[in-house]
Amino acid sequence: MSVLVNKNSKIIVQGFTGTEGTFHATQMIEYGTNVVGGVTPGKGGGTHLDKPIFNTVAEAVKQTGADVSIIFVPPAFAADAIMEAAEAGIALVVCITEGIPVQDMVKVKNYLLGKNTRLIGPNCPGVITAEEAKVGIMPGFIFKKGKIGIVSKSGTLTYEAADQVVKAGMGISTAIGIGGDPIIGTTTKEAVELFMNDPETEGIVMIGEIGGGMEAEAAKWIKENSKKPVVGFIAGQTAPPGRRMGHAGAIIGGADDTAAAKMKIMEECGIKVVASPADIGKTMAEALKK
Amino acid sequence: MNLHEYQAKELLKKYNVPTQEGVAVESVMAAEEAYRNIKNETGSNFAVIKAQIHAGGRGKGKIEGKDQRGVAVAKSLEDVTNIAKNILGGTLVTIQTGPTGKKVNKILVAQDVYYPGPNPTKEFYLSILLDRAKGQNVIMYSTEGGMDIEEVAHKTPEKIFKEWVHPGGGLQGFQARKIAFNLGLSGEAFKSCVKFVTNLYNAYVGLDCSMLEINPLFKTSDDKIIAVDCKMGLDENALIRHADLAQLRDVTEEDPTEVEAGQYNLNFVKLDGNVGCMVNGAGLAMATMDMIKLSGGEPANFLDVGGTANAQTVEAGFRIILKDPNVKAILINIFGGIVRCDRVAAGVIEAYNKLGDINIPIIVRLQGTNAAEAKKLIDESGLKVQSAILLSEAADLVKKAVA
Repeated sequence: MSVLVNKNSKIIVQGFTGTEGTFHATQMIEYGTNVVGGVTPGKGGGTHLDKPIFNTVAEAVKQTGADVSIIFVPPAFAADAIMEAAEAGIALVVCITEGIPVQDMVKVKNYLLGKNTRLIGPNCPGVITAEEAKVGIMPGFIFKKGKIGIVSKSGTLTYEAADQVVKAGMGISTAIGIGGDPIIGTTTKEAVELFMNDPETEGIVMIGEIGGGMEAEAAKWIKENSKKPVVGFIAGQTAPPGRRMGHAGAIIGGADDTAAAKMKIMEECGIKVVASPADIGKTMAEALKK
Repeated sequence: MNLHEYQAKELLKKYNVPTQEGVAVESVMAAEEAYRNIKNETGSNFAVIKAQIHAGGRGKGKIEGKDQRGVAVAKSLEDVTNIAKNILGGTLVTIQTGPTGKKVNKILVAQDVYYPGPNPTKEFYLSILLDRAKGQNVIMYSTEGGMDIEEVAHKTPEKIFKEWVHPGGGLQGFQARKIAFNLGLSGEAFKSCVKFVTNLYNAYVGLDCSMLEINPLFKTSDDKIIAVDCKMGLDENALIRHADLAQLRDVTEEDPTEVEAGQYNLNFVKLDGNVGCMVNGAGLAMATMDMIKLSGGEPANFLDVGGTANAQTVEAGFRIILKDPNVKAILINIFGGIVRCDRVAAGVIEAYNKLGDINIPIIVRLQGTNAAEAKKLIDESGLKVQSAILLSEAADLVKKAVA
């Protein structure tokens, strides 16, 4: 089981022949991910990394039966790439690209309404189902197979959490990096919901940060629907208001999107909230014993 | 990226959004000339002088050491001379600048729009911003203009209206009319308001604004609708398609260390604490700051060195953090994924040696690919650098360093 991707997923890479696309597609293939081809407009018909190149996503889907796409297209063209994938009927689009203009994402979010496409990201490390499929840029070796699901807005903090979970004697089912932009495809709540319904996942690590209301929304849903222990961490307890902390979406806009406010509502909803990022693995191990 | 009022108003004019007319100047002489031109044009002795800084509260703020506010009405050429002399080169302290204030390099000499006429004048509030939860742009407006909108929202929330714009269809005529009706306008003023709102929304989208605030939005005594003040923020991600707008950046408004960090492609935010940090990834960087606080220190900065932590970026990071005399220790926290930890360690050693004697404790935590080899490299380097692998170990070392 696991969620979103597994060893049977057929994956194409948009922006296949670029520097980023080439580097990470190589790593994905080495991990054992079923990459069936890639898209670079104008280079269709050739091959790259021993996989076919297509001019359009639609053609790639027709020829390979791909159901997942990962996007490494530069920010100015990334919104277009997401919409092309959705139009071609791709079920899961993972957009790694950082720096997409916000108004482009407003359009994309609206475009995806009513379509059977789930978007992960943008500005995210991607999705990995341990020892089955890596659709992202994370270091694969950290993610040993197990029963903990991770949802996170941040890249390296996801690796940190996964490493602690593994070292505490548990492993990872799937880790989803949802992205640090103000507008993203899959929300914290939606990712948590996927894990709650996954029989292979027994516990969930939920990592958020300052800005926006997604963690509060997820917390309220967890309170009503939780069947599994959830450990939570919010980065940015010491961040000053009104300043953007690296991620485009990580900015305190008011009283509700500070780390303190999010941690409070998460605790009230039954999530085991840790103040220190060093305590994520340990706390999950304790929660599972109970 | 924030713009000055005068820059924002010039951009709005290109979208046919009427604004209070004025000229931005940098000298007293230019201010006097601007006043003379305004007087010739309007026939009025009145003009408004406004300090141009990236902070609100200018009207109530004061120039340090002088009895001079950041926005003032001049009734004569003599007034203009005095006000311009007081403000230009002075430091304006407002509720938003903090006690250090901001130096004023430019003033806007503008027409007085509160002139007498057949009908009463009225101030409103209107802003356009992104509603993150809905994924749509929203127009927020109120009959209570010219004051702090957060206070209005707190005390009289019923006086704040919101109009969401459909991302596919854009702002519709009925929505612009609804806004004008809710502001209580009729006749000519109603018509100008509908046009104003429509054009303003086009400017917001066309310029890729992250925020556009008109406060006050003003109805003149002859029923014109104009922007008296304008606060505009641009989406930095969108500057890739607005080369002309990127040039409007005023680096004198930013922290010089942050500007320097930007030149090395480092994402840096200056803070007031005593423990500096250098981290790869924005989320882990924030988490590291939090951990410093929990260990008894205060973070001196946010610094994301990005995916490639090599000798050059580490050296630049060291130089930038060490500029701050309050820094008592530095924590480097790198989770090596695709970047190997032993390479990062070699980079840290190289940068450390190049900089010579660093007199404060350096704590290096390297975890991920080749973490053990990296720790060995650091431990055997002979440098006064403490190393850790686990995050909890790094926290303990910070605790000792600040104790």
